Amino acid sequence: MDDMRIAFASGKGGTGKTTVAVNLAYFLAYSQQQVQYLDCDVEEPNGHIFLKPHIEERTPAQVMVPVIDKEKCIACGECSSHCQFNALVLILKDVLIFPELCHGCGLCARICPTSAIKEGKRVIGSVEQGKALLNIDFVHGILNVGEPMAGPLIQQVKHNYKEGYIQIIDAPPGTSCPVVKTIVDADCVVMVTEPTPFALHDLKIAVSVAQTLNKPIGVVINRENGEFKPLMDYLSKNSLPILATIPEDKNVASEYSKGNLIIERLPLYLDNFMEFALNIKRLLEKKIFR
Amino acid sequence: MTHIKELVIVSGKGGTGKTSLAGALTFLFRNKVIADCDVDAANLHIILTPEEVISQKEFTDGKKAKIDLGRCTQCGVCRDVCRYDAISEEFIVDPVSCEGCGACYFLCPARAVDFLPQLSGHYYTCSTSSHEYFVFAELLPGEENSGKLVASVRNEAREEAKKDGYRLILIDGPPGIGCPVISSLTGTHLALIVTEPTPTGVHDLKRIVELAHHFKIKVALVVNKSDINPEYVKTIREYCDKEGIAYLGEIPYEIKITEAQKEMKTILDFAPDCEASRAIRDIHTKLQSILEEL
Repeated sequence: MDDMRIAFASGKGGTGKTTVAVNLAYFLAYSQQQVQYLDCDVEEPNGHIFLKPHIEERTPAQVMVPVIDKEKCIACGECSSHCQFNALVLILKDVLIFPELCHGCGLCARICPTSAIKEGKRVIGSVEQGKALLNIDFVHGILNVGEPMAGPLIQQVKHNYKEGYIQIIDAPPGTSCPVVKTIVDADCVVMVTEPTPFALHDLKIAVSVAQTLNKPIGVVINRENGEFKPLMDYLSKNSLPILATIPEDKNVASEYSKGNLIIERLPLYLDNFMEFALNIKRLLEKKIFR
Repeated sequence: MTHIKELVIVSGKGGTGKTSLAGALTFLFRNKVIADCDVDAANLHIILTPEEVISQKEFTDGKKAKIDLGRCTQCGVCRDVCRYDAISEEFIVDPVSCEGCGACYFLCPARAVDFLPQLSGHYYTCSTSSHEYFVFAELLPGEENSGKLVASVRNEAREEAKKDGYRLILIDGPPGIGCPVISSLTGTHLALIVTEPTPTGVHDLKRIVELAHHFKIKVALVVNKSDINPEYVKTIREYCDKEGIAYLGEIPYEIKITEAQKEMKTILDFAPDCEASRAIRDIHTKLQSILEEL
């Protein structure tokens, strides 16, 4: 199992994406694999709580923003009328910049007739990396509070892919563009769900995002407590394989609430994760044979 | 004129119970408009089972580039100016990578790029069984601009509230602290944070509190699933005292909340006498007095 990228998504938050992802990372590392864990939930990164990395490097994450040379600006309004994100607004004889709205496309600098716009850099968060438990290579992004755009930071987390490693990529909840940015270059997507109507509703949307991107998809059912027929019907109708099932278990919840890894504290779950890893391999091979 | 107050429920971490609590509170507050601002994973409509969709509106925001290969001279300017690697060597625009900046459209010397508005979702106004209004949205899978769709949902809710003279808008917010959360928070009068007593819950709680403070929004807090780890409940209480956050109480873990959801009901509807329901009624009373003082 080398050089594969496994992304974890869910749609609904709190179904156990991070729990399943960090435990799989730990299991694979325990099985002598080279593992890299990348936390792309940059709004609320949590993987570090369980994998306990020693952070060795911290890099500010920067995006491009326009800087206006007031001497050269003739307040013609070309920049503000072209900007699709309303990041530049012409008010009287002044161009105001709203950096949080800027997507860093550079169009304003290119079209300014008097070359009054240069591009500068702005920090929106940071990328931290280091070694976690069992020598797992660890990377996560932390978005500064008040920054709206997670996308560019997610991309900077992913600049740290290392060759020869199995990558475990933790996606944010939801089904919008940050999820797309996270899973777009994955080899397969693991959807972590739970047997509830809320989770099923959001799972369906998340699956359609991954299907649009032509990703092989497998499902992990977390907190399973007796059959939830609507979920089973949906999975079989859409030929979505169940890669693993984790039962509702107070011990799991209790270890989670202490920041512990399940398979480290509750070895009976080693079998679940062994089967899970094998099923991921099968999912990927099916794609090769297709 | 009556002043409309907006109460938003947020959490930072997903799955702490925002929507279950929001659903239960809709049962207790009178004369309000309900807005689900989790536009890419909306769930409140599942337990509110709205009676009738009164209006459905299209949300078109943002444009995407498309190259007309008939007009394209393959000069490559578009590929040079695109910062998102959205244009292939064959001059096909990948709609997933395209952020809609228009650089290729404005700078193509052959004017071969079309740049058209995209449908990115819908939003709906519904009536509920108690003859109130409920606004929610569905962002199309994988789309951008969720923050702007949130703004549309809130505007719609305000219009309904004004029309009917309602004084409260109850907003169910999305998880995280990014664009749609900021859009759900700004300009509200009170943010009710639902957290859980776990290290991840506490970690994420601090970031959402910081965000609310950043926008100068008053914060109140509820601990859900409070019996999972009493130590962390204590940590959260102390944190609230330190930060001057109104601590409204605890809701114990209750399996009936999931059962209620499966029956498409709120917990107050399904099991009005369980401990969780009693806790929620108590929280509602405290919320009401905070809102009255605002």
